[in-house]
Amino acid sequence: MNATATRFGIWMALVPLLIAILGLGLQGLAIIDTSLFFTWGYFLEVLIAGLLQGVLYSLVALGFVLIFKASGIFNFAQGSMVLFAALTMVGFIEMGLHWTLAFILAAGVMVVLAIVIEKVVLRPMVNQPHIILFMATIGIFYFLDGFGQTLWGSDVKVLDIGIPKDPMFVLPNVFEGGILINSFDLVAALVGAVLVAVLAVFFQYTRVGRALRAVADDHQAALSVGIPLKTIWAIVWSVAGIVALVAGIMWGSKAGVQFSLALIALKALPVLILGGFTSIPGAIVGGLIIGAGEQVAEVFLGPLVGGALQDWFAYMLALGFLLFRPQGLFGEKIIERI
Amino acid sequence: MFYREAGQFKTSYSADQAIFPIRQDRLGLLLLGLVAVFAVPALANNYFLETIFVPFLVFAMAALGLNLLTGYCGQLSLGTGGFMACGAFFSFKLATAFPELHIVVVFLLAGLGTAGVGVLFGLPSLRIKGFYLAVATLAAQFFLVWMFNKFNWWTNYSPSGVISAPPREIIPGFFVTGNEASPAAKYVFLLIFVAVLALIAKNLVRSRTGRSWMAIRDMDIAAEIIGIRPLWAKLSAFAVSSFYIGISGALWAFVYTGSVEALAFQIDRSFQVLFMVIIGGLGSILGSFLGAAFIVLLPILLNNAPAALGIPLKVELISHLEFMIFGALIIFFLIVEPHGLARLWQIGKEKLRLWPFPY
Repeated sequence: MNATATRFGIWMALVPLLIAILGLGLQGLAIIDTSLFFTWGYFLEVLIAGLLQGVLYSLVALGFVLIFKASGIFNFAQGSMVLFAALTMVGFIEMGLHWTLAFILAAGVMVVLAIVIEKVVLRPMVNQPHIILFMATIGIFYFLDGFGQTLWGSDVKVLDIGIPKDPMFVLPNVFEGGILINSFDLVAALVGAVLVAVLAVFFQYTRVGRALRAVADDHQAALSVGIPLKTIWAIVWSVAGIVALVAGIMWGSKAGVQFSLALIALKALPVLILGGFTSIPGAIVGGLIIGAGEQVAEVFLGPLVGGALQDWFAYMLALGFLLFRPQGLFGEKIIERI
Repeated sequence: MFYREAGQFKTSYSADQAIFPIRQDRLGLLLLGLVAVFAVPALANNYFLETIFVPFLVFAMAALGLNLLTGYCGQLSLGTGGFMACGAFFSFKLATAFPELHIVVVFLLAGLGTAGVGVLFGLPSLRIKGFYLAVATLAAQFFLVWMFNKFNWWTNYSPSGVISAPPREIIPGFFVTGNEASPAAKYVFLLIFVAVLALIAKNLVRSRTGRSWMAIRDMDIAAEIIGIRPLWAKLSAFAVSSFYIGISGALWAFVYTGSVEALAFQIDRSFQVLFMVIIGGLGSILGSFLGAAFIVLLPILLNNAPAALGIPLKVELISHLEFMIFGALIIFFLIVEPHGLARLWQIGKEKLRLWPFPY
């Protein structure tokens, strides 16, 4: 834990340096190729927008990490859980409930869903190879997509829980025109931070949290000291479901609740690679890097190749990263020579 | 009773190592081949040929390719769609740039090109494995589709980004691509092409190369210790698998749909092929065919079942229900038989040997 903290600190200290180098590089590029546009104010604006976008990626990645840590299952269905949770939430709101009540009910639905998944899908598949469990979660992905849309319809829905969406201008006297920040993104970042803090406390200081960490560490040892593995799995999936609900609310109020929400899960995969599959801080930092990286690449490098860099930039970044640091920034180092 | 190898003695090594050692299998396969070549085109109407048999063969090819990589060499790949797109666009560029080139040569060259791309994206497999590799192959998927979609050099500057297969003959007067090609001609061409390549694949996995793949899959460290070079084994698996997938992409564009855009090879396609492999059976050539048949037939059945049963449903609802049933079936299959349809067939064969006696 201490080593992780130190490494975290080092990376944090490097961040301003990296940003400065990136900015200088782009500035140089803009001098060489006059079709590119660059000012420091605009660069920071894009960077911040990217970072805040990255928070939302982190929220999705967080759900993956929770389940992977506790059960070694790569849960492909996380994205459809996000969609399903958001759809359920909107459905309850449309019934005329206040959003807090709808949130509690939707969280309840996600817990029930987690228990059902544990009972119906995971329990019969204990001891199967990981790839089979992974495939099963793809099955869950399809099922939930279809189920959610059968239940609640497939129109694009508006999810509004009263988060302010006004643009704000900060530091107007340092940069010309100031830096534009969307207050919604700030709220999302705040929610993400609170969620991580709550999870950290939950994992660190509660009885269930300790059991979860024990299971994550070693299944056999946890079983032998009397931790009920199946209950723990149900709890982990429930927690992941609630994280999915929060992510779904954030994404849903930003972009509308629609099918494409399920696909943002794919964007969470490079985040995981960057951060490491088993690290919660990794998911956060990875999300920030991916978010900022792809925004900056799209805005400042996109014109060179005709745009839509966003589609693949994150994956290529992750791919390049894998070659140098296969275990991710904070992942467990598994020594294997192949 | 009828399916029993009693009395079939092997008197030479070559007979013992034959690809189908049991006489009933050989006869059955011959019969199946005859039915597929002569009876199916004669009996099935164009609709069945176009919507079931042609896509089945194209998908079987793709599943075969992915099965070589995932089933035999144990490298999980989600980039199938991207590699299919490679095959489709390579063959389009080749066919339009060199019109005198024979179409089969075009397909094979496109497959070779895809193999090169596959090796490139297979390089990370030397350092990572499992889910990390799966994510790495996603990079191939998104990058390749983006590239074919973005640079219209690949589509010969067609404004819509759609490529249309030029008409080509396999033997003079016998068109297999373009508007003049009859479904039956396409079907027979595909059947022979896929059967030959499947036979090659079947022999490949029985060879030294295939065995080295399986050794890597089962335990890579042990394989390295007994002298198998992981670099060579993994990259050759990527190359051969991409070759097959590339050809299936070319067949998709040229023979099945006739015109295609890069967006037809999105991530969904990768999953579709992966499902075929898993449901058919990992590490089984026969399984690739069974899985492809299952996945091609299932949506057609699901689409037609409500109408046939007289339950009126909205189109939208049907598509959602299709998703649900699809997902549920996959989970069901994985729980009941994680080794896929091919394993069911094996169990069936065991039962057949004993039938009608209990043991």
